[in-house]
Amino acid sequence: MGNFFQKEFETMPVEQIKMLQSEKLVKQVRHVYDNVEYYRNLMDEKGVKPEDIKGIEDLHKLPFISKEDLRKAYPYGMLATDLRNCVRIHSTSGTTGKRVIAYYTQEDIDMWDECCARALVAAGGSDEDIVQVAYGFGLFTGGAGLNGGSHKLGSLTLPMSSGNTDRQIQFMMDLGSTIICCTPSYAAYIGEVLAEKGYKPEDNKLKSGIFGAEAWTEEMRRDIEKSLGIKAYDIYGLTEISGPGVAFECEEQTGMHINEDHFIAEIINPETGEPLPEGEKGELVFTALDKVAFPMLRYRTRDICVLTREKCSCGRTFIKMCKPMGRSDDMMIIKGVNVFPSQIEAVLLNEGYAANYKIEVDRVNNSDTLDVYVEMKPEDFSDKIKDITKKEKELSAAIKTMLGIRPVVHLVAPKTIERSEGKAVRVIDKRKRLGITI
Amino acid sequence: MAIRQLSVFVENKPGTLAEVTDAISDAQIDIRAMCMAETQQFGLIRMIVDDVETAKQKLADRNLFVKTTEVVGVAVSDEPGGLAKAVRIVGDAGINIDYLYAFISVSKKNAYVVIRVDDNASAEKLLADNGFKLVTEDDISTL
Repeated sequence: MGNFFQKEFETMPVEQIKMLQSEKLVKQVRHVYDNVEYYRNLMDEKGVKPEDIKGIEDLHKLPFISKEDLRKAYPYGMLATDLRNCVRIHSTSGTTGKRVIAYYTQEDIDMWDECCARALVAAGGSDEDIVQVAYGFGLFTGGAGLNGGSHKLGSLTLPMSSGNTDRQIQFMMDLGSTIICCTPSYAAYIGEVLAEKGYKPEDNKLKSGIFGAEAWTEEMRRDIEKSLGIKAYDIYGLTEISGPGVAFECEEQTGMHINEDHFIAEIINPETGEPLPEGEKGELVFTALDKVAFPMLRYRTRDICVLTREKCSCGRTFIKMCKPMGRSDDMMIIKGVNVFPSQIEAVLLNEGYAANYKIEVDRVNNSDTLDVYVEMKPEDFSDKIKDITKKEKELSAAIKTMLGIRPVVHLVAPKTIERSEGKAVRVIDKRKRLGITI
Repeated sequence: MAIRQLSVFVENKPGTLAEVTDAISDAQIDIRAMCMAETQQFGLIRMIVDDVETAKQKLADRNLFVKTTEVVGVAVSDEPGGLAKAVRIVGDAGINIDYLYAFISVSKKNAYVVIRVDDNASAEKLLADNGFKLVTEDDISTL
């Protein structure tokens, strides 16, 4: 049995969790209906009244909120309380369209910080730890979330933000950071730079890391664990629902526990919107039960995932979600095939390549093209063309086995693909420039 | 005996060759021979220079991906059939030539060939036994 930050909730019997969720849902629907005109209209169109919702069994009657709704309601349309009650905003990166702005009251921030504190404790954290927060600070929720969680826990917090890797390493070594929080690609990069500077994994005092905000694979987890000498924990969240900490991993590392006292998770068929039974793959949908300022009901995350409620050895009773199999924002349809960058990444890591790559999709002569740029392994450098083209062909064949379509693989010189310090931009879809809808 | 060749791996796009030659010329290093090979994706620039170590360092300083490979350098007479004879000897011995490139020296009125094989020692012995003069790195710097 592990440690808990709020044991009474984290180990609450499932029946009790459901009762708590029902109670909160009834109140939350009333709060939203009364205060958010946009959602009130959605409910009215669907013919649903707040009094129709008597518990979680009625959840499916409520209309969904999509990212498109948030764009339409930008900037104040989803606000459910007076601005004077709000203390902060955060915002999505806006890479897939208009930014989404989320508002927080102090209660919202406290709830979110507690979720992050739970994640830190599940990763072995306590008030004796030194937590290096190397997520970006600012509008992005990564830095603020883990920073807040670390404060709640009473750990010494290093609000580093992302970037300036030399300084990250200097603080890590001089102060003896024990937990690091950042994007997985940045963790991998820090590991690389540490090795370059001649540090061995055991030279740092880190014991664990909490990594999220972008897709990563089990192979990448193993790489990071090895290069930093730590246990790497996954964390999940999204600005619309609060930020990181909506779900977090325990020492079992077999999925992320969703903080069910605050959020209801559903899996739906992304085509029909029908709820799917537990264990089936579909789109993840969240209802935030305690959010005051920006309360999402049935928000469609576009993340494809599976929920399971198996007994966990850590003692937590919260349902677990698998690592998202791809955000449908990331999903590309190439030659009619659904392709997630994470699938390509898994092949690269499996074949011994670094997780630094670039994917380019284009359309030439009415046919989709897929180009994958990968850094060559230094030991594969040869003065003979045939040696290098052989490696390219092998990798192309391995990706074809995974995806069913054959990419053109371009091996490039090591360290020539730009390293990311925040969310890595790895996919360039040139078809969008051509105005092709996919 | 073999001589060191520099190989630089570059993307197949405009300007990459100039990056390599700038690095070499800024260091006042002379390129004795050069050969480029390319695919649609990448290019390999292979060079024989008069100061291998410095050139390698200067290229690496510019974040270019460079390595040295040992190749065989041989002098052939600058007349019809000069190259054919050398290539025939190596081929007849069952040694595969991956690539070769040639250069001439105006001052010594000789032609030289750089040959890339997997077994340098055998190729060198074979050529020397047949009366060919092998080129050393010292020769390269005084050509």
